[in-house]
Amino acid sequence: MELILVQALSGLASAASLFLVASGLSIIFGVTRIVNFAHGAFYMLGAYVAFTLTDRFSGALGFWGGLVAASLIVALLGALMEMVLLRRIYHAPELFQLLATFGVTLMVQDIVVLIWGADDLMGPRAPGFTGAFSLFGRLVPTYDLLLIVLGPAVLGALWLLFHRTRWGVLVRAATQDRDMVACLGVNQKWLFTSVFALGVFLAALGGALQIPRTTVTHYMDLSIIVEVFVVVVIGGLGSVTGAFIAAVLVSELNALGILVLPKISLIAVFLVMAVVLVVRPYGLLGKAERGVRASAGISFRPWKPMSQWERIGAAVLVASAALLPLFAGNYLLSVGSEILVFVLFAASLHFMMTVGGLASFGHAAFFGLGAYGAAFAVKFLGAPMEVALLVGPLFGLIGAVVSGWFCVRLSGVYFAMLTLAFAQIIWSIAFQWVEVTGGDNGILGIWPSAWASSPRGFFWLTLGVSVVGVALLRMLVFSPYGFGLRATRDNTLRSDAIGIDRKSVQWAALLVAGTFAGVAGALFAFLKGSVFPESLAIPISVDGLVMVLLGGIETVSGAVVGAIVYKALAIWLMSQTDLSKLVLGAIIVLLVVAAPKGIVGFIEDWRHRRPPAPNGTGPEAAGKSGTVGIAKMEAAE
Amino acid sequence: MKQVARLALTALLFASGVAHAQQGEIKVGEINSYSALPGFTEPYRKGMELALKQINDAGGIKGKKLVVITKDDGGKPGDALTAANELVSRDGVVLIAGGFLSNIGLALSDFAKQKKVLYVAAEPLTDAIVWSKGNDYTFRLRTSNYMQASMLAEEAAKLPAKKWATIAPNYEFGQSFVAAFKEILSKKRPDVEFVAEQWPPLNKIDAGPVLQAIDAAKPDAILNATFAGDLVKLVREGNTRGVFKDRAVVSYLTGEPEYLDPLKTETPEGWIVTGYPWYAIDTPEHKAFLDAYQQLNKDYPRLGSVVGYATVKTIAAVLTATDDHSTDGLVKAMKNLKVDTPFGTVVYRAGDHQSTMGAFVGKTTQKDGKGIMVDVVFKKGADYLPSEADAAKLRPAN
Amino acid sequence: MTTLLDVKGLVKSYSGVHAVRDVSFAVRPGEILALIGPNGAGKSTCFNMLNGQIRPDAGSIKLAGEEVVGLPPRTVWRRGVGRTFQITATFSSMTVRENVQVALLSFHRRLWSLFGYAGKSYLDEANELLTLVGMQEQAERPCGELAYGDLKRLELAVALANQPRLLLMDEPTAGMAPKERVELMRLTAGIARRKDIGVLFTEHDMDVVFEHADEVMVLNRGQLVARGTPQQVRSDPHVQAIYLGDGLLYDAKHRKETVQ
Repeated sequence: MELILVQALSGLASAASLFLVASGLSIIFGVTRIVNFAHGAFYMLGAYVAFTLTDRFSGALGFWGGLVAASLIVALLGALMEMVLLRRIYHAPELFQLLATFGVTLMVQDIVVLIWGADDLMGPRAPGFTGAFSLFGRLVPTYDLLLIVLGPAVLGALWLLFHRTRWGVLVRAATQDRDMVACLGVNQKWLFTSVFALGVFLAALGGALQIPRTTVTHYMDLSIIVEVFVVVVIGGLGSVTGAFIAAVLVSELNALGILVLPKISLIAVFLVMAVVLVVRPYGLLGKAERGVRASAGISFRPWKPMSQWERIGAAVLVASAALLPLFAGNYLLSVGSEILVFVLFAASLHFMMTVGGLASFGHAAFFGLGAYGAAFAVKFLGAPMEVALLVGPLFGLIGAVVSGWFCVRLSGVYFAMLTLAFAQIIWSIAFQWVEVTGGDNGILGIWPSAWASSPRGFFWLTLGVSVVGVALLRMLVFSPYGFGLRATRDNTLRSDAIGIDRKSVQWAALLVAGTFAGVAGALFAFLKGSVFPESLAIPISVDGLVMVLLGGIETVSGAVVGAIVYKALAIWLMSQTDLSKLVLGAIIVLLVVAAPKGIVGFIEDWRHRRPPAPNGTGPEAAGKSGTVGIAKMEAAE
Repeated sequence: MKQVARLALTALLFASGVAHAQQGEIKVGEINSYSALPGFTEPYRKGMELALKQINDAGGIKGKKLVVITKDDGGKPGDALTAANELVSRDGVVLIAGGFLSNIGLALSDFAKQKKVLYVAAEPLTDAIVWSKGNDYTFRLRTSNYMQASMLAEEAAKLPAKKWATIAPNYEFGQSFVAAFKEILSKKRPDVEFVAEQWPPLNKIDAGPVLQAIDAAKPDAILNATFAGDLVKLVREGNTRGVFKDRAVVSYLTGEPEYLDPLKTETPEGWIVTGYPWYAIDTPEHKAFLDAYQQLNKDYPRLGSVVGYATVKTIAAVLTATDDHSTDGLVKAMKNLKVDTPFGTVVYRAGDHQSTMGAFVGKTTQKDGKGIMVDVVFKKGADYLPSEADAAKLRPAN
Repeated sequence: MTTLLDVKGLVKSYSGVHAVRDVSFAVRPGEILALIGPNGAGKSTCFNMLNGQIRPDAGSIKLAGEEVVGLPPRTVWRRGVGRTFQITATFSSMTVRENVQVALLSFHRRLWSLFGYAGKSYLDEANELLTLVGMQEQAERPCGELAYGDLKRLELAVALANQPRLLLMDEPTAGMAPKERVELMRLTAGIARRKDIGVLFTEHDMDVVFEHADEVMVLNRGQLVARGTPQQVRSDPHVQAIYLGDGLLYDAKHRKETVQ
């Protein structure tokens, strides 16, 4: 019993910094609707700057002052990023800001190594909080006590800030309905900037407070960002109190869970999220998301199937790709195959994101399932490649059937996060079930059949499969089913009122996307000759998202271009420089600013530059005043 | 700016697609997690550069210049394979080397088997790479998980402790190390029992609850296999909570400067560790290495430096040992190849392709606010490996 | 003639506040019936219960003799109820014609077809509907750039795609210019009469109501307080009170209470 109490106390201490970082993310999302991927980077920067400051200025004042000063400095950096980068792209399609912050994250990872070096850095202990006190004969660090008090204190301070100051009231109002606040004559720009700075301040403080407990490392951003997202979602987006409860819940479950199941930490947080989202679709304290898709669709140009000339153009491109093996070397061909695999993967994600309006943060689940499915077929059934390439997609399909059944109850970011939870659960199974999956050592020896074993043969195989896959997906977009799916995305109210069964239609979209991602995954297994849990992991999901967004989320097949550009760039940079993340991140940021509708969206805009709508109610006017947005939100209630 | 210029230049070369093999050069490929794990790979690269300089200054490989082309794998097996492919197909290297993470090592070894190219695995510690998943084309330099587990188990067996608890990161590296340690220790000491285990996720240890759970089982001794940031968290939290007081701790890899140095004043007293006490090794071969390294780099070496140095030395040795630089020729020459390293001469065993590189075992202590190893003993690798015949049986038939 | 829609004893309350209490009425085929009342009287709640968006706490809704309470909107739609919304709900990424085509595809149960170009399906029917509402010239335009009045007309075309027996129109002319209002209602009335469709609509513009409705129902504080021809309703002192004096005052007071 005493053990459980002390354990629970430790859990509370862990909850504190998780809460700090999560509350910042939640506040930022609530007001700006930005999914700030760079939040982990700011957390890390907070720790690094705090390390430098506390290293230089010793003593209690130096330490605590250093912590606060570091958080302020990083908050300034955050505000700078908001002003220079995000302000330019608030009107870009949903989730596009995620791409920008992702680019920043990549850059920061390399920049901290350039500035602070690669070694782990250990900061000082907190003056006055170096010891421990005895509780039931067990020692508990006094710093834990400080953190335990700090969590609720920050929660209280935030509550006062939001309920007792004019600024706070405005922020709350903006969380409810930001267009309304704009109508009240509030300078929205500065409201956003200040909110962003506050959120980043909390993240940096969370990072700075870690230095007495751990080392400062250049990968600490990754170790927290996903967990923080999960906490925010469990608590309910935009709800600070929810984030607090969720942080405590997750930390306690972890602290107490390891007493019974020592291996549970890997997955605990995702299990909690999955259960919470299934039971309460908007998180513990979240409210139904309103007007999720208000902005999507307004600026859409109706899609048309390819014209005769465009078809010929596409055929010529495919044909010239098919001729590549005649003069390209083996390396170029296997890089080509890899790009083609990701073209299909991105296209499958694009289908559900763009046509279905279902953004997924866990698409790697189906890719990885496809890869493992193929590997199992080879390893356990001794199946040849041809059969394994069918088993892989079947795994993807089955995964989609299961996850889709839960996911289609949700929408927007909640949907995305449930897909992430599903992917992480699958990942941890692949990672832990060593007897079957080989754990992180993977499954080796998945090589293609003889006819496709040469880089040339395999290139033709992937080219054929990918082209057929992309063509099929494109056909689906324009089929009656595709129209129905698009209808559920454009307007749930209307689609419901014309007899469309939204859940079934969206579930089917997930099955399609999951199956095609499975095909890509199976090909990937044979391309690499091996399968590792990394094929199920978050970076693959993020890569997919980046490809779709880069290509253009409002286009029919933008993901194809996005995948080619991103993958080729990534592979080439990897091969050329150890600072590939810095360069790639910078390129992404530049592209985001230059072409907020993605590469293909940019090209289409340029091709279709048309005179403004003849009357004042055209899309531009509607988009600016936000009236349509509000109208849709009300209608959606 | 230099980086940018280099990029631009390579972009041009890439575009023109010129393969530029020069006369009098031997090219080898090397792959490692340069961007993902710079803490290990930077010293490693410096070690490689030192060896390369020494070899080429001394006339290269029978008059030909040795060129090592390095590639980054970003910490991902998939990307490592892309890089390996580039090295073999495009750059035309005669062999590949490198690797830090076990899964990348395994991916590369499978690649080597498929493409029939020699792979000298530098760092990956997993036993699978030479045993359960070993193949003809892969040789491993570093003292393996099993070897270090038996070195530590030997010391652990001398302790009076009967009740043990284990803490290891939750992936194959940690799992196989703990399994090997348990097996060997139980054989030496049948009276030992394992009363608790904790498996925190890599880089995400929640040290307070983990230690509390270990403490609750009241073990006499603790086996730790966490490292880097997780280790620091564990040590700090454990020091504050007094979990390590009056308990023996056996800790894997903790004596490596990479992991010991960040601990500074937190360095625990008397932990039995494997590691690299560069300040306390006075063999002539190590002294020569140390002097040369410090002269070139104005920094002390890490264990990674030794691995990088020995990897290039291995490459040079095998290329010198035979003039047949085809894969078959090189694989043949690798068997029973002797290589001089800062840790003495090692032999790549023909039976299981494992080198006999040894390791240092000692105890941690603090000196002038820094963590060091004392009571250091060098354990020869060959003494902690199964016989070649037995080891060969662990390998798949083919 | 039989009764098309028969509503009996409809009740709905939100956390103790009665939005709709004991509402009963009937609609005959071809009849155009207006439902009016001050803001917050419960008109929208009524509508949302009729097409299945909200489930009533009590009461029955019979469509041509069959109970529809508890059915989701898409099933109610299949039974022949078309609907337009107070704020237009259209598919903004599609062209005007495609909006109608989706509705037609759904009506013909072809939405699960995976092949063929949907933009070529039911062209004639779609054009016919667009012609009916006077939108044929804008068929190719992106729906997102239509003027508001045109959106309303498009919604009407979409609502007619399932050959409905009953049309529910929630403030069909809100936000339109006076001239457009008259046109739209004249159009609706014409179609309804020709096809024998029952129309139930809510409206704030009394000119529209009194000119086009066969009968008018007045809803106040969730209760039906009057039903009759426009003339009857206009001269009803109770209704006058609601719109001119007492009612509003009472309404304000009532609201205050509910807020607290």
